[in-house]
Amino acid sequence: MSVLLIAEHNNKELKPFTLNASTAASQIDNDVHAVIIGHNCDEAAKALSELPLIKKVIQVEAAHYENFVAENFAPVIVKLAENYSHIISSANTFGKNLMPRIAAALDTSQISDIIKVIAPDTFLRPIYAGNAFATVKSKDAKKCVTIRPTSFDPCESSGGSAPIEKADPGEEFAKTKFIKREEVKSDRPELGTARVVVSGGRGMQSGDNFKLITSLADKLNAAIGASRAAVDAGYISNDHQVGQTGKVVVPDLYIAVGISGAIQHLAGMKESKVIVAINKDGEAPIFSVADYGLEADLFEAVPQFLEELNKLNTIQK
Amino acid sequence: MKILVAVKRVIDYNVQIRVKEDNTGVVTDNVKMSTNPPDDNAIEEAVKIKEAGKATEVVAVSIGEEKAQETVRKALAVGADRGILVKTEGIIEPLAVSKLLQKIVDKEKPDLVFMGKQAIDDDCNQTGQMLSALLNWPQATFASKIEIKDGKLEVTREIDEGLETIEINVPAIVTCDLRLNEPRYASLPNIMKAKKKPIEQLNASDLGVDITPRIEQVKVEEPPKRKAGIKVSSVAELVQKLKNEAKVI
Repeated sequence: MSVLLIAEHNNKELKPFTLNASTAASQIDNDVHAVIIGHNCDEAAKALSELPLIKKVIQVEAAHYENFVAENFAPVIVKLAENYSHIISSANTFGKNLMPRIAAALDTSQISDIIKVIAPDTFLRPIYAGNAFATVKSKDAKKCVTIRPTSFDPCESSGGSAPIEKADPGEEFAKTKFIKREEVKSDRPELGTARVVVSGGRGMQSGDNFKLITSLADKLNAAIGASRAAVDAGYISNDHQVGQTGKVVVPDLYIAVGISGAIQHLAGMKESKVIVAINKDGEAPIFSVADYGLEADLFEAVPQFLEELNKLNTIQK
Repeated sequence: MKILVAVKRVIDYNVQIRVKEDNTGVVTDNVKMSTNPPDDNAIEEAVKIKEAGKATEVVAVSIGEEKAQETVRKALAVGADRGILVKTEGIIEPLAVSKLLQKIVDKEKPDLVFMGKQAIDDDCNQTGQMLSALLNWPQATFASKIEIKDGKLEVTREIDEGLETIEINVPAIVTCDLRLNEPRYASLPNIMKAKKKPIEQLNASDLGVDITPRIEQVKVEEPPKRKAGIKVSSVAELVQKLKNEAKVI
């Protein structure tokens, strides 16, 4: 049977992770159909039909789908599910919010946040914030799976021409009302998806000193992270927290400044492709995961780092 | 208004977990256990609502082995009025947990059910949403702010793009994010008092729910080890390596 991918979009454009989820879906079965639920979302549906991996697009339109409320979306997917062996979405806040509501309605035990497709019924997923990897095999007839977007490459976004079919909308779930969405308007990339993350720890000694981290992040077009110790000390708000109880990040470059490397912090960043640690304690555990370690006083090293970056002709964005 | 709060006993977030040699799971014997961190936020929020005079009772429920009683007891020590422990053995999946919670909800008839957004052991992030699907109640996941207004809840949710605000009718399910509040510590007198608060014990089998796992745990392994890196002697060398060797800047 075919795989049904739930597209994520903003009614105008596809969200980038839809491309990663398409790749994951195609590794389960070649016959990937995608459902797009929204309001005036023709442009996004067209973009979806152009993904070469997608064989068919199902578009479901109604005013009450404008704001992606899970209580409205879930019954639409549940109704379509009889024709599919797998329902797939990204394991970001969109998919995390929606998929379990579908799985429970289908009486299926969901498999969350997979990082690899081993077989159509067998997947690899991190547990304990990536401190262990579990291979899990679903015994349910229908499988609900969310995928970790950063573990799958985005698929090609043009060249396809899948047919777009319309399906009937469901009723509105009147007990939940969307009020507003405040998107963070920042020139800085988002912590969860940034290519570069610069994080500060207790070694920063004060919130004011975090401006060193900010300067470095500005230079590298990076997101700003922090250890739990820095958050608990009040240097920075906890939406910057990287770690088991904060965000798990997998950037191309992670720079840990004045972070000793507590277990719970390492759990949130050790899958980063390249890790740099700057710490004056040469015995700090952070050096055990760092590709490049610099044993130095951060208050001297970070300004020097900025100077050296200024000397470069180009810096990747 | 009555609030039911679900709490889970997990390996403490500061413990370096170890994978069992036979790859059947992680070592839990003689390992420090604690309340799942965002469940602490859930309890805190419920207790604050009660202290503000907007709730009459806070009931803490945990599903797990006998020792999960400690987790319920901790919730009682920070202000929950009474506890329920549903005893189970072995792995219990979120779908089964939500079905057991549904039975508890049928019996207790709470107006709100709070829990953490995710457990830090299996990292599933499913139970709250599944429970709200089974009950056909509204759900507010990743809550970082909850306001009670005329019998409705206005909840601010942490989403990838920023913040989203929704209004939900009661009864409802709310899953709590770390930013919701600052959980308090239990004072010694309150820990003593909590020992006298009642905990009702039930067996999962008494609730008539099939909790047989649907997912076979084939194996649990250590993640691939990072290969040892190098120490650089200067910032100039670091920048040169990042530029020319790692090619990341």
